Amino acid sequence: MQSQDIIRRSATNGITPSPQARSHTEEVAKLIDVTLCTGCKGCQVACSEWNDLRDEVGENVGVYDNPADLTPETWTVIRFDEVEDESGKLEWLLRKEGCMHCADPGCLKACPSPGAIVQFANGIVDFQSDQCIGCGYCVAGCPFDVPRISKKDNRAYKCTLCADRVAVGQEPACVKTCPTGAISFGSKADMKQLAANRVEELKGRGHEGAGLYDPAGVGGTHVMYVLTHADKPQMYHRLPADPYISPIVRGWKEWLKPVGALGFVATLAGAFAHYVGVGPNTTEEIEHEEPVLPPSDETTSEERV
Amino acid sequence: MDTKKAFLRTKFFDRMCHWTMVACFFLVAMSGLSWFFPSLNWLGSVLGTPQTARVLHPFLGTVVFGLLVIMFFRFVHHNLPVRTDIIWFRNVIGVLMNRHGDNLRIGKYNAGQKILFWGIMSLISVLFMTGIVAWRAYFAAYFPIPVIRVALLAHSLAGLALILLVIGHIYMGLWVKGSITGMLTGYVSRAWAKQHHDRWYEEKIASSSETPSKPHS
Repeated sequence: MQSQDIIRRSATNGITPSPQARSHTEEVAKLIDVTLCTGCKGCQVACSEWNDLRDEVGENVGVYDNPADLTPETWTVIRFDEVEDESGKLEWLLRKEGCMHCADPGCLKACPSPGAIVQFANGIVDFQSDQCIGCGYCVAGCPFDVPRISKKDNRAYKCTLCADRVAVGQEPACVKTCPTGAISFGSKADMKQLAANRVEELKGRGHEGAGLYDPAGVGGTHVMYVLTHADKPQMYHRLPADPYISPIVRGWKEWLKPVGALGFVATLAGAFAHYVGVGPNTTEEIEHEEPVLPPSDETTSEERV
Repeated sequence: MDTKKAFLRTKFFDRMCHWTMVACFFLVAMSGLSWFFPSLNWLGSVLGTPQTARVLHPFLGTVVFGLLVIMFFRFVHHNLPVRTDIIWFRNVIGVLMNRHGDNLRIGKYNAGQKILFWGIMSLISVLFMTGIVAWRAYFAAYFPIPVIRVALLAHSLAGLALILLVIGHIYMGLWVKGSITGMLTGYVSRAWAKQHHDRWYEEKIASSSETPSKPHS
């Protein structure tokens, strides 16, 4: 994608908006239907291949999640959760975890480096790694705990939604490779329609809680899930039911910043007005008890000023 | 300055502590502001590229903290509240309006300077602790994300408050003629001492007349 496609960039004042010429571009979305996922991890491999990532081969920690977590070189991981319902029936819930590409990205809000995080007109949120300073604010800003800071270069990494592939009309690598068709890609409107059809089908089969995960708290996401238990998304490896940018991060970025600016203006203006109004606080070098010997010229001038 | 007639107000070691800290604080404050107000991103250039600034900021901040810890122990006994501080508070308007001549019973530091002292010491402690929590590559990974969020907010708040306090401190130095020279050379004139710190002046006179005696500086 080109610079004209960047509609929002981190640490950039609102009075200097990003290019808007292509803001009419259709928003894209990836739809992950967890009911069709078999946990084969083909998407993980395709992601590593396309993005040319070489994570270290880890160790089995006793669960199927492998690697055990997202890392700077693993941008997507299949999560396996064993859950028992009220009747004691076991369910094996799988979820492909990765960046959700929020419409209102917490990482972008928190980032202090101008242009290190950008949002493209099609909705993709991408890290411009050369601009990244490695402060980790994006980690604090993200409501989904997605960005990871590399120990090798101290920069943040996450899923790019294969922005390079999407730019030339291709679907992300994970979508291309998924053997069960659990991952679809297209315009956000189409994906919502596809999800609605699938949810209806699932409900018809008795999955009353089925639904689309497209959380409004972050303005919707450009990675969405069809969940069998959309009423209880936490069951899918702590997927937040109502994600939103932390009020602490908002307070820091939206409230404290203008208050701080005002504090600076008031302090500097107050000091200046005081000096102009009251004048310098000088000392008359007169001593009655004992006449002070005239100090060196330097001091005299200093203390008379 | 004629050091026989002037008073030694700040010793060489303390002056060096102060000015080394000033240099480090300037760099830390500028880089910190560059991230808090991204429109003032250029302020961070005092430490090179945005990346080098990010690497150096916490180390320099630690130096500031360390120097302030030393200065805390060297200055705290002059900055404990005393009964006569109330006189300064009652006359604060007159002090700020540049009215001299009142006998305000001010010791080595006036009540306003004591507030500054405790303000700086408490804020740098908050900055140090929250800075550790947010320090990437070394410590941040050991803290849960909600804790890091609180730390970042508290760090910004304390940083702002400290910078504003320091602006006030710098202004007072510029306003009260003779004080910057005092911090550079260590010496202030007797008239300066009498005008701004009358009780300290009397103590110095008393200790210099009854020789030998303990230095009060």
